Amino acid sequence: MIQKKRSFPVGTSILSVLVILGLVTVIVRYLNGLGAISNLSDGRAWGLWISFDLYCGVALAAGGFTLAGAVYIFNLKKYHPVVRPAILTAFLGYTLVILALLVDLGQPWYIWHAIIYWNIHSPLFEVAVCVMAYTTVLALEFSPAVFEGLSKSNFPVIRRFNWHVPIRIIRAIQIPLVIAGVVLSTLHQSSLGSMLLMMPETLHALWYTPILPILFLISAVAVGPAMVIFESTLSTRAFGHKLDLDVLSGLARAIPYILGLYLLLKVIDLMAVGEIGLIFLAYPQNMLWWGEIIVGVILPIILFSMPGVRQNRNAVFWSSVLVIIGLVLNRFNVSMLALGMRPGTIYFPHWMELAISVGLVADALLVILLAHRLLPIVSHGEAIEGSS
Amino acid sequence: MSKAVLYDATKCIGCRACQVACKQWNELPTEATINRGTYENPPQLSAYTFTKIRFNEVDDDDGKFHFVFTKLQCMHCEHPACVTACPVGALQKTPDGPVVYDDNKCFGCRYCMVACPFGIPNFEWDKPLPWIRKCTFCADRQGGGLEPACVTTCPTGALKFGDREELIIEARERITASSDKYVNHIYGEKEVGGTSWLYLSPVPFEKLGLPTLGSEPVTVDAERAMGAVPPVLFGAAAVMAGAYWVIKRRDRMSQERADKEERKEVTK
Ligand code: SF4
Ligand code: SF4
Repeated sequence: MIQKKRSFPVGTSILSVLVILGLVTVIVRYLNGLGAISNLSDGRAWGLWISFDLYCGVALAAGGFTLAGAVYIFNLKKYHPVVRPAILTAFLGYTLVILALLVDLGQPWYIWHAIIYWNIHSPLFEVAVCVMAYTTVLALEFSPAVFEGLSKSNFPVIRRFNWHVPIRIIRAIQIPLVIAGVVLSTLHQSSLGSMLLMMPETLHALWYTPILPILFLISAVAVGPAMVIFESTLSTRAFGHKLDLDVLSGLARAIPYILGLYLLLKVIDLMAVGEIGLIFLAYPQNMLWWGEIIVGVILPIILFSMPGVRQNRNAVFWSSVLVIIGLVLNRFNVSMLALGMRPGTIYFPHWMELAISVGLVADALLVILLAHRLLPIVSHGEAIEGSS
Repeated sequence: MSKAVLYDATKCIGCRACQVACKQWNELPTEATINRGTYENPPQLSAYTFTKIRFNEVDDDDGKFHFVFTKLQCMHCEHPACVTACPVGALQKTPDGPVVYDDNKCFGCRYCMVACPFGIPNFEWDKPLPWIRKCTFCADRQGGGLEPACVTTCPTGALKFGDREELIIEARERITASSDKYVNHIYGEKEVGGTSWLYLSPVPFEKLGLPTLGSEPVTVDAERAMGAVPPVLFGAAAVMAGAYWVIKRRDRMSQERADKEERKEVTK
């Protein structure tokens, strides 16, 4: 891909240092056990990695299936230019989830046990299987970009291979792949919520509800377009191919409807069980609840409903950031802050826990930088209006 | 018929012989702890301590100070959250009562630890190859016709091993026989759908440090949600395929119409 070298917003070298720091931490973990690099304990067995890397990671990767569904199933061609970047980030997101699990699991070398030993009653079993399957689907969905890149490679040996054959195969199964992706995502996005249904005694009543799986799915669908806006705005700044404002505001227009449904369900559910009073009474947890609702739901609904906001790239970007922050808050609330620990436990992430998570994100960013240099990401050049 | 143990806190003298017997039978190492000004030790259950006696300081009605003890260990639930949670089925409830763990399956996700309403499964945080460890109900001893090690060693008869139904009847008899001695509740008979460990106590169970739990198994909501998975799977697939087909067709028809119109324009 012919592309001028640009200065990136985050220096590649900083990213590399972070990745290396993460790797060192991983080595410590495999030598000395999880206790050596984390503040996790019997009282708080799940911490930052589960809340951030698994819960936020999977939800924030929802741009992949929402956009693929919109473009290939619902034929909203307008969004075609953002599908490929969305699928790439989704793929990286899931890879990140799996890598984080390789650190978090006590016996990561047995991760494949999820494939051979089934407990179909376990929500985590379903999450594990769907995540593995969906990562494969995403890899296949993205593979044409890699094949196209290879077919234009600088090395004649690589170029000579007939890359059009695999591309044609993927094209032929594209629709089934997209459908599989949507179905798998529906299942595991919601099952992440089902996982918490096992904790009626420890998850705070403001969040615990049998419809948690549905809320999880809807919030993931809402954050999908927000993530796509977020990423494509950033990559516009970093790589310079500008996206039509029309595409951004179209994505933005969908968000208030989804968030509105989400808010409605959340409130009605609390009213139905007569616990709506908790949003005023259950101090301090209600502050967390209001935080995620105001930042991630109410404000974005208002902002995205204003045509003036939708016509302004910056406003669209920052409103999407709100949706993302709100979702992150929500996932942290349900999986950490509002989830009771065993008595007498305190937990605050160890710096090495952070080092792992940060290292993984840095990893993903490096791959994105690399991919944008080497592969045809913004698909078919439709969106390239020249750099600004 | 499934086995159970009845723990009678009025008979327990806090000698902790059960703690020692458990360590011996399961070949568990000692733990270094610090003196916290109490006989209770170690401070909590861990991967190396499957059972312990909790020392509860209780004032009676006359303001007199008493120790009341609680034996803590896995409750071996009838509807165990850990078993439903475990993605690879490493934890299983056997028909005889014990909830057993298979380290050939476990991959260390620790969902069981988070899901257990009693906070029982523990993890070997200090090992590079860590497993989950918890009370086994001496399933191995039971297989050989023996009682659990803690029951065998208990000098006062505070622990009694037997069939669950029979022990519940006996517990109820003990309550009726001396109703001034016991609170009228058999902890574990109904809690989270029933457990294989049953407790009698002279003081309300919150004072024993046992969690107050409803009688519904904690697994119901999750299991209901998982039951919806197959219909959601096929439903979503059908809806997506249907939507694709309908929209494709609609677009093709409008395309054809547009083409036709164009042709008309041209021929005009
Ligand atoms: S007490 Fe906890 S670990 Fe023991 S069987 Fe019940 S859920 Fe499982
Ligand atoms: S840690 Fe092991 S036993 Fe516990 S839920 Fe995970 S796989 Fe099952």
